[in-house]
Amino acid sequence: MSVIALYSAMAVYAIAFIAYAIDLAKRSSSIDEVAEGASSTAAASAGLNVTAAGGYGSTATITSSAPVTGAPRGYGRSAALRVGVALTVVAWLLHLAADILRGLAAGRVPWANMYEFAMTGTLIIVAVFLVTNLFVDVRFLGTFVTGLVLILLGLASVNFYVAVSPLPPALQSIWLVIHVFVAATSVGLFALGFGLSVVQLLQFRRESIAVGAKATGLRLLATLPSSDKLEALAYRINIIGFILWTFTLMAGAIWAEKAWGRYWGWDTKEVWTFIIWVIYAGYIHARATRGWRGSRSAWLAIIGFSAVLFNFTVVNLFFKGLHAYSGL
Amino acid sequence: MTSSSDDTERPANDGPHEDGRGGAEERLRRPDDHIDAAASVDPSSGDTGSGGGSGSGGEITQPKLGFVGWLRWFWRQLTSMRTALFLLLLLAVAAVPGSLVPQRSSDPNGVTQYFRDNPDLAPFLDKLQAFDVYTSAWFSSIYILLFISLIGCVIPRTKHHFDALRAKPPRTPVRLGRLAGYTERDGVGSLDDAAEAARAQLRSAGYRVAVFEKPGEKSVSAERGYLRETGNLVFHSALVGILVTVGFGGGFGFAGQRVLVEGQTFVNTLGAFDSFNPGRFFDPDTLDPYSLTLTDMAVTYEQQNQKAFGQPIDYTATVQVTEQDGASSEQTIKVNEPLNTGGTNIYLLGNGYAPQITVRDPDGTVVFTDAIPFLPQDAQLTSIGVVKIPDGLAEQLGMIGLFYPTQGAQQPPYFSSYPDLEYPVLTLQVFEGDLGIDAGTPTSVFTLDTDSMTEIAGGKADAKALELMPGQTQELPNGLGTVTFEDAANPSGDAAPPVTEESDAAGTAGTDYSKSVLRFASLDIHHDPTQGWVLVFALLVLAGLVTSLFIPRRRVWVKVHDVGGGALRMEYAGLARGDDPGLDAAVAAVADRHSAGFTPDAAAVAEGDEAVAPPESPDARA
Ligand code: HEM
Repeated sequence: MSVIALYSAMAVYAIAFIAYAIDLAKRSSSIDEVAEGASSTAAASAGLNVTAAGGYGSTATITSSAPVTGAPRGYGRSAALRVGVALTVVAWLLHLAADILRGLAAGRVPWANMYEFAMTGTLIIVAVFLVTNLFVDVRFLGTFVTGLVLILLGLASVNFYVAVSPLPPALQSIWLVIHVFVAATSVGLFALGFGLSVVQLLQFRRESIAVGAKATGLRLLATLPSSDKLEALAYRINIIGFILWTFTLMAGAIWAEKAWGRYWGWDTKEVWTFIIWVIYAGYIHARATRGWRGSRSAWLAIIGFSAVLFNFTVVNLFFKGLHAYSGL
Repeated sequence: MTSSSDDTERPANDGPHEDGRGGAEERLRRPDDHIDAAASVDPSSGDTGSGGGSGSGGEITQPKLGFVGWLRWFWRQLTSMRTALFLLLLLAVAAVPGSLVPQRSSDPNGVTQYFRDNPDLAPFLDKLQAFDVYTSAWFSSIYILLFISLIGCVIPRTKHHFDALRAKPPRTPVRLGRLAGYTERDGVGSLDDAAEAARAQLRSAGYRVAVFEKPGEKSVSAERGYLRETGNLVFHSALVGILVTVGFGGGFGFAGQRVLVEGQTFVNTLGAFDSFNPGRFFDPDTLDPYSLTLTDMAVTYEQQNQKAFGQPIDYTATVQVTEQDGASSEQTIKVNEPLNTGGTNIYLLGNGYAPQITVRDPDGTVVFTDAIPFLPQDAQLTSIGVVKIPDGLAEQLGMIGLFYPTQGAQQPPYFSSYPDLEYPVLTLQVFEGDLGIDAGTPTSVFTLDTDSMTEIAGGKADAKALELMPGQTQELPNGLGTVTFEDAANPSGDAAPPVTEESDAAGTAGTDYSKSVLRFASLDIHHDPTQGWVLVFALLVLAGLVTSLFIPRRRVWVKVHDVGGGALRMEYAGLARGDDPGLDAAVAAVADRHSAGFTPDAAAVAEGDEAVAPPESPDARA
């Protein structure tokens, strides 16, 4: 049952992914269609009809003035984008059902081995994405989020799948519920922060090139927020992630004390949790250091999330340690 | 902080350009390269700056540095943001090797294995302290430098913060136009009323306020969010707290291990531990000599779920604890539920079988009897143990035993098919010769050095390995005597039991073996008086972090101009101190509320009704 629901969710995510991709493609072309000085809000108000802006006729290359002001090109709600979001919500509900069913089948929280953690973790990534959208429009990250989630879920169901099994004694603790859930939530936030930082770098490149009055390849970026805005948003998301990660680390230490008799022992998983924490602390410092704001700090956020992924995959599977709960 | 991100919003801090903006920036004793730090100090700024050493690079430009100058320079470098960042990143990188190479602290067997597998590389890595990364000289120097930098950073900032807490908000900048959220409103009313209304409004919103006056103009300078800096300082200081408590505090505790077989008793004294690692400052006389008897070590295995059949689902050690004063109570220890007694925490970290083996000489006299903990090798608890009999027989005797709780094969090679006691079989490989324990070199109870011994049963020897089930006895080769695998449920008497023939599966089928072999619990016993402090500091870290990242620190100015004829022009602007996404919205809200009191209508209706604010001095703050 849970597996069927999960596969359906993946199918819907895949369609959502395509919808987002179409949206991105349309963004590229809409830039061609929006006339230079014309009010770019025309496209924004177009609602279902993205090509409404086509009426302005003349194709335009981006000149230095418009994009560097940082104001996003008015590119509003395309049909594809709306479909993408709606499908993401549907897929997320299916995903949630799969997760709950798994939990019911096991009679405990569904995040006690790698398969389950991947399943719940991706659920939370999408949830963070959807919730963030209630406050700020980050729908342009839809391809990234659904793509990432699809890859992770695919990996998980093909390589990590394990049948429902009871909790080994070391995991029978309230800290399993708290520690792992909070960890998954901060991973969700870091993932979004990562996406924003990548777009920020691309945007920054485009902006610097645009200053030199050259047209650039990734035209769709003109429909996205300025790199400054992206950076501010990425920072806000990453610091919430960082706080939760700090909590994860501490909760893990408390749990380790109960289960293994010491709160910190430089076990491989502890080492990587620490490394990630220090990288993000570096990121926060970089944002406050002259000469490091902007692209350099964005790279730190990207490295940070890469370390998160590394911690979940490589460290879990190939490194030896006490955290041998992958179930594989 | 989330709701304010509308499209009109500019990033609160759009880069380093804001330094010294409008001359309003006081000296901020964060590191010189902190984004917020003033690059140049406006002489007209607040009175908080003191002459010494806090300007931007005054000493560096002196022609001759001298020794003290160099020291200062070095110190300034060390406590700069850039250095802190560099050291942080270096720390992250330096922590990586410890996860690639086994560490002595967490995985000593892994290290031994690594030496065996990489005989050339390992000694070299060892020179680089790669097996002790987290206590290595290089790792330690990174974090010690980092923490020196941190302390060098925090102390001046703390002092400055105390000053700032007592200081007035800085003078209102001459031109507000370029500051964040700048907005202008027109109104009617008196200059004094408008200024007083702004003062009262900002004060009740938690701002610290000061009123400044010029001809035809009155302004209110307000600042809030000092808690942000407080949180930041608490955070960084608590990090130091953790490091110090862990570093020194660890010296006051101890960690010991003890393997206890069911029925055995442990008394909390130095000699009773199998291994004991005291901290530097630990005084063994402070051990509280309670006694603890393992009455039962129960393990439950999954039996319903076929896919997880045999997986352990519960370990519970039941113990009888007797305090020094004689009070005795029954307690349990589980994996996530350590027992706290006599100032120590007792953790259940492992368990397994401890077959009781008795060896008799040819006359039937018992020369050895003991329950020997066997180390589990796999999930089905195939276990290995070693029996050493140095005295009492014609030769010293060593035996390597393999124990299968549920032996599953028709014939060798044997394996265990289930971790509980369904069909327990013990096989013994027997060696005679020199055990090597007389030389005084310490040997592990879990290994047998067979270099100077001859195998007399099992392996390449003529005789087969001995094979026993609980309650059975077998002859040792060469007429050395007999071995008995005691049935813990039916202990044999003193008299030598009859020697059975080859173990006979048919004769024992259907027997309940569930209690036939004793279990052992391996317990870790720790004493760590500083654990609570570490927790306190950790909570402070978290609280400081949340405060410093979420409380906005901002300045807001309201300037009222008398443009004649009872008309007023009011300006509003803000300045972020640190990341502050909600600043523009906050300034707008202040402007809306304040100017609402001075619209032509409002002025006509309630003249001066705003002026009922408490008659405090402007800079007083609770
Ligand atoms: C053990 C090493 C350190 C760690 C783990 C660390 C971590 C952090 C974290 C997590 C923050 C953001 C939260 C907050 O604002 O309270 C922060 C901020 C800050 N840290 Fe550190 N820090 C360390 C050392 C240092 C050192 C050595 C300095 C001084 C050179 C420093 C100066 C600052 C400053 C000025 C901020 C405020 C940044 C801002 O304005 O946003 N830190 N640090």
